[in-house]
Amino acid sequence: MPTIKEHTLRISASTNELERIRHFVADHAGKFGFGEDDINDIILAVDEACTNIIKHAYEWKTGKPIHIQLALRGNEMLVSIIDEGKSFDPDSYHVPSMQDQLNQKKRSGYGILLIRKLMDHVEYRKRNSRNEIRMTKKR
Amino acid sequence: MSKFEIRKRSKSEVTILDIYGELDAHTAPILEKELQQLIENKFVHIVVNGSGLEYISSAGLGVFMAYIEDIRLQNGDIKISSLKPKVFNVFDLLGFPTLYDIVETEDNAVARFK
Repeated sequence: MPTIKEHTLRISASTNELERIRHFVADHAGKFGFGEDDINDIILAVDEACTNIIKHAYEWKTGKPIHIQLALRGNEMLVSIIDEGKSFDPDSYHVPSMQDQLNQKKRSGYGILLIRKLMDHVEYRKRNSRNEIRMTKKR
Repeated sequence: MSKFEIRKRSKSEVTILDIYGELDAHTAPILEKELQQLIENKFVHIVVNGSGLEYISSAGLGVFMAYIEDIRLQNGDIKISSLKPKVFNVFDLLGFPTLYDIVETEDNAVARFK
């Protein structure tokens, strides 16, 4: 099935950019014909993925590249986010228990869980120094 | 840039935080600082009125998680009220309603401290 529309945003890794990322996703998901609930899901998933890159892949070092591509293929939105930081091993991820997190005053680890709940399919790829998270959501 | 604002007021012994805007990894430190100050000053009966909150990510939820134990150890609590459905949905996805009082109205949240 051909990809019919594609949009790209290149930003430098900074939480300053999160609002711009969300606007970019909202704008194009709306033009792709997604409903409000789906748009909110995609916005949050992309925010979580980019926040993880800023925090974990680049360890808060600003100025590093994040490349976000949105495409519509048939009835499905494809999201690709690429970074050049430390790679994430999805096999090492375990869903944290909320009560344990509270007891230990921990606060992170839920971005991945949210992404998995919000999107239909999520996969990670690593090629040379580039990491990619690919996510899809059906309309 | 994400916009987020907190306005603080009191209702008897309860501190109400009206929060507005977007709570993400950029703005979470603003709420974090406010909660730290409240804990330091022993104001641990806290209602967060989220009627003006338009967006939250896990970075925002993480602030609630990081301080709730300290507050409960001082016999306090954070109760959350008046969330818009799309914001409540994010709290719900992570199971917050089982560990936090999340209620529809501010009055209901304040009453739970009595």
